[in-house]
Amino acid sequence: MAVFLQNLVNALQWGSFYALIALGYSMVYSILMLFNFAHGDIFMVGSYIGVGVSMALIALSAWGNVVLPNWLILVLTILFSMFLTSFVGMIVERVGYRPLRNAPRASAAITGLMIGIILETGNLALLGARRVSFPSLIATATYDLGGVFVTNKKIMIVLVSLLLALALHQFVRRTKWGMAIRAMAFDFSVVPLMGVPLNRMIALTFALGSALAAAAGILFGVAYPVLDPYMGILFGWKAFVAAILGGRGSIMGATLAGFLLGFTEIFVAMIFPSTLRDLIAYSIILLILTVRPHGFFGEPYSARLRL
Amino acid sequence: MRTRSWVAVCVLAGGLAFFLSGTVQAQTIKIGINAELTGDIPKVGEGTKYAAQMWLDDVRAAGGLAVKGKKYPVELILEDNESKAESAVKAATKMITEDGVLVMVGPQASKQAVPAGGIANNYKTPMITPWSTNPDSTKNRPYVFRACFLDPFQGPVLANFITSEFKFKKAAVLYDVASDYPKGLAEFFKKAWEGLHGPGSVVAYESFTTKDTDFSSQLTKIKNSGAQVLFTPQYYNEVALIVQQAHQLGWKNPIVGSDSWGSAETVKLCGKDCYGLFFSTHYAAAGATGATKAFIDRYKAKYGYVPDDVAALTWDAMHLVQKAIQDTGGLTGDLKKDRENVRAAMGRIKKFKGITGEMTFSGGGDPSKCAVIVRISDKGQFEFYKSACP
Repeated sequence: MAVFLQNLVNALQWGSFYALIALGYSMVYSILMLFNFAHGDIFMVGSYIGVGVSMALIALSAWGNVVLPNWLILVLTILFSMFLTSFVGMIVERVGYRPLRNAPRASAAITGLMIGIILETGNLALLGARRVSFPSLIATATYDLGGVFVTNKKIMIVLVSLLLALALHQFVRRTKWGMAIRAMAFDFSVVPLMGVPLNRMIALTFALGSALAAAAGILFGVAYPVLDPYMGILFGWKAFVAAILGGRGSIMGATLAGFLLGFTEIFVAMIFPSTLRDLIAYSIILLILTVRPHGFFGEPYSARLRL
Repeated sequence: MRTRSWVAVCVLAGGLAFFLSGTVQAQTIKIGINAELTGDIPKVGEGTKYAAQMWLDDVRAAGGLAVKGKKYPVELILEDNESKAESAVKAATKMITEDGVLVMVGPQASKQAVPAGGIANNYKTPMITPWSTNPDSTKNRPYVFRACFLDPFQGPVLANFITSEFKFKKAAVLYDVASDYPKGLAEFFKKAWEGLHGPGSVVAYESFTTKDTDFSSQLTKIKNSGAQVLFTPQYYNEVALIVQQAHQLGWKNPIVGSDSWGSAETVKLCGKDCYGLFFSTHYAAAGATGATKAFIDRYKAKYGYVPDDVAALTWDAMHLVQKAIQDTGGLTGDLKKDRENVRAAMGRIKKFKGITGEMTFSGGGDPSKCAVIVRISDKGQFEFYKSACP
């Protein structure tokens, strides 16, 4: 039982990252019918921005002789980095996708791949191949709950991820901008006729997705404090799987699918030899998709979208 | 008539000069140094050059190399292999065929040492690589030797060390299944451990794939397997993540690694979590004693920094060469015969006390030697803990 619960805790943390990154994929896909393949690399950039921001904050508080508590530095780091990374997302959209909006889909898809490579190698050129360690802002406290070990970081990661997913859900449901995004997902061509500034809304979608990816990047840095320029590739692919599995444009679906992916990976490694983890885990996911080709919350294209 | 006699005189004089130069050359012992002075790893070449130079200074101070009561002057032929395989082959060919070296020391990295070893073996010239750990460098090459241990060798060494140090009976292994070095080492460790404690004594044998960052599932398994120690032959970036996550899952037993841990980055990324852990490697500068310390102090005084394992192994390789030449029982002056004698003598070296450990050659080109167990101190330094033998 303790083993099961321990793995449940592990899976919750691992799934959080997939969920947060999958949300960004899902948002962009729902309105542009396009996968932003650079999204995994935006997650990486967000993580590196987080390192920079937190180091700047630490230096600033030392210089100004203000003693900022570490948790406050972390909160500020998350907020600032989300803000800064949203601009990275908007720039990617402006440079990579807007000029190609009416181009064939394949051209737009490879744009994402190319931007991803540019972000990776750009980072490599800028900072070198050395791995960067994420500053440890909060000390790890480990709690032993009857054989199940939980750390303060794990709790924080899961809570912040759920909170952000919920916030996005509320934003899309309750605000005017959110309504515009939903409307665009419903019918892309009619919306501009209603006076919705299309370009600005698309930029907003990219900004939201990138901000969430940045949050994921910083939480990742807190849990796994070794960063390298290629860390986003595999993560991006897997989160992409989660986005599809969740169903087109579904926030709830992407979140759930992200956690499901985490659970599948962790529990497969618990039961089977760990060498076969991804082999078995992704065979299961493939099976699920065969049964539900539109994902959990997706519906055939003509039907109403739930965003 | 007159011209003809002039020609004859010239030919004679030339022949004499040639003959004389030949005899003079036979009096000098030439040792080739095939080093990575430029290219990807210039630091390796620098360590090689400095260590060889220090050895030469000693020999010169003693008035030459004494072989059977006779002192021979020594000359080092230093060639740059540019950290490239083809340049290493060129340098080896040049020093063997043109310069007529008796022995070649280097190249260091396996990328250069494997092809250059082929050249040395073809020309029947003894070669010793101080640093190359790839089995292929010496495999099926009677003329090629090395001064370090092979990768797989650390498996049994660590199994013995853990058994004698902690008296543990159950071990766990966590390794990257997609990378040659960790995979090989994990297999050798498992074999050695089960040889000591019986089948099934490796209670968890878990793996992951390169680029993985979350090991919680594997570590949960390991923790619940009843293992007393975790062996993970990974590189520094993974070491940091594995050790931290293990501690966060409540693992309190020792974690042991191999020479891939031996980077300054390990402690930088891992922090306090890695303090007090052990790994095996070639040599440790901090906490060294005796001849090793003397070498480190001298090197540091002369070149301004603490020598790395390349310099230490080169130092040992130079002394192995010296011993092999002295053990031949006299040089004949016939380069071909002398090379053969040096090769035979080197293959017979027993219990050679090097600064990186005691070495014994028994037939092949790979010495059986002891590894150094390093403990990461409470200040994050790599400290010599003990010498461990297979």
